[in-house]
Amino acid sequence: MKDLEVVAANGLLHRRAFLSGGAALAAAFTGYRLSDTLAAQGLADEPWSRKQGMLVQEYGTPSPYEKHVVRTLSNPKGDTRTQHGRTPHHLLHGTITPNALHFVISHSGNPDIDPAQHRLVIHGLVRRPLVFTLDTLARYPMVSRMAFVECGGNSGLLFSSEPLQGSIQAIHGLVSCSEWTGVLLSTLLEETGIDPRAKWVIAEGADSLALSRSVPIAKALDDAMVALYQNGERIMPGNGYPMRLLLPGWEGNMNVKYLRRLKLVDQPGMSYYEARTYTAILPGGKAYQFYFLQEVKSFITHPSPGLRLSGPGFYEISGIAYSGNGRIAKVMVSADAGRTWAQAALQEPVLPKAFTRFRIPWRWEGGPVVLQSRAWDEGGNAQPTRAELVARRGQTPKPVTNPLAFPGTHFNGPSSWAVDSSGEVRHVYA
Amino acid sequence: MSTRETVQRRDDARVRRCLVALVVLAAGSVMLAQGQVGTPAAPNLGKPVSEAEIAAWDISILPDGTGLPPGSGTPEQGAKIFVAKCALCHGPEAKGGVAAALIGGRPLTDGIDTPKTIANFWPYATTLFDFTRRAMPWQAPRTLTDDEVYALTAYILSLNKIIGPADAMNAQTLPKVRMPNRDGFIPRFPERIP
Repeated sequence: MKDLEVVAANGLLHRRAFLSGGAALAAAFTGYRLSDTLAAQGLADEPWSRKQGMLVQEYGTPSPYEKHVVRTLSNPKGDTRTQHGRTPHHLLHGTITPNALHFVISHSGNPDIDPAQHRLVIHGLVRRPLVFTLDTLARYPMVSRMAFVECGGNSGLLFSSEPLQGSIQAIHGLVSCSEWTGVLLSTLLEETGIDPRAKWVIAEGADSLALSRSVPIAKALDDAMVALYQNGERIMPGNGYPMRLLLPGWEGNMNVKYLRRLKLVDQPGMSYYEARTYTAILPGGKAYQFYFLQEVKSFITHPSPGLRLSGPGFYEISGIAYSGNGRIAKVMVSADAGRTWAQAALQEPVLPKAFTRFRIPWRWEGGPVVLQSRAWDEGGNAQPTRAELVARRGQTPKPVTNPLAFPGTHFNGPSSWAVDSSGEVRHVYA
Repeated sequence: MSTRETVQRRDDARVRRCLVALVVLAAGSVMLAQGQVGTPAAPNLGKPVSEAEIAAWDISILPDGTGLPPGSGTPEQGAKIFVAKCALCHGPEAKGGVAAALIGGRPLTDGIDTPKTIANFWPYATTLFDFTRRAMPWQAPRTLTDDEVYALTAYILSLNKIIGPADAMNAQTLPKVRMPNRDGFIPRFPERIP
């Protein structure tokens, strides 16, 4: 019996082991013969298969058996503070986040906007201020693209000096990926004209805070979109219905939801969220501002904290990688806390500024292991090691104990998951 | 090519297309009747709107004071408004309640997770006016008069000893207030700042 090629410590297999070997090989190393597994089951013709099934719904909902696949809510009663809904990455697969599970951060609740009354104004340093309705925007040439949106505070718990125990949903749940469809902002700015003095665009929402952020004009003219659709349907209320600014690869909060006003100006507005919230205090007391980019990052979703391995044998390690700089070029996976590495397979198509699913086959021998991934993007940017990131950005003076805290922003170091011999997965630093 | 040049080139191209459009219009295009003079290749469905019509929405305040409305307010006036409209959430004398304290703050050298406050962090006083006017009070945003927003801004700045107890805030004085952490920032990607 030909064995599978182990390419890194603790059972990481070549990423193409199964593409070259086929199912018989897979069966071979699990220790069963295919005929045995079938015979042992005694397959029944279950009752649900012998009667007419359920009615078709107008708007579908998942199987009742998937009730646990939901966002976790930080403020379910809507107290007068921000609400967060986090994506359950450990229960999803592929690269598209279902709309109802896309992460949401709502600083003052989702406004109940009548789309017929909604207006988008573009003014300031333009030749002609213009106002658009949803109906008029729907007649413009549209584009569709995949793009992740990530909160600047996602993964911030990893700035804690000790690893906080929480599921991957608590740690990395504030990033999601959709196909967005809308009108390129450059198309609309072509129509308003741009005064040469314009350097920034202040984007503002129709929510109760009239949330506003300043965007450099170069980004506005590059790939910024006034998005109207999310995964084929109108944008969900939590994600900006009826329209949002989409800035592919840039800090989530800048992708202003409920977009109602774009003002071209000669200086940034220094709004609350750019002057205060989405900044990063550095060791020594200075702070980064205008971080803009969500830098190259990856994390393993299967297995991850919140899941449990059901015994030694074959598993596929899988996770998500993305970069605000462009396409993912490479993902490496380690099963021995970063000492030896194997290259993961990347699911095609690999798209810029979008989730890339990576996978690698793994034979778990049943002993303790520490899993970790690191990604590189096409610009040559590497996801930093924890030591590199902490040297540059610091960590908290004391361990963080509140899983809803945001001790820092823009963490893009690696995540390490320790699997113990019982199959339990814990968050560790390695 | 710099961003400026890119924008300029796009603009030049647009001007050329506008000229072409004007020729078309002179030939009697129906677009003339709609009063639209945009790029012939574009849908031109945006409706022209005057800055006067946008005024009610235009609440952007820039750090140099651009956009600040007429009006004025003192810390003393602000203290009374604060008790009536803000203290419920921000606590008496802005010491904090269900919403953040608006006074004090630890040195930022205490750690990367030091709470960011007006006194220890905010680089511009105009942000305080802008955010208060657009977002506060939480239950009834955009109901404060401009005088009230100036007074509340003056009160908070005075509580933090950034201005004196008798200093009035208005469109002239507010942009001149120098916040303690004004120079505490580094752009993460300087090449992306216009």
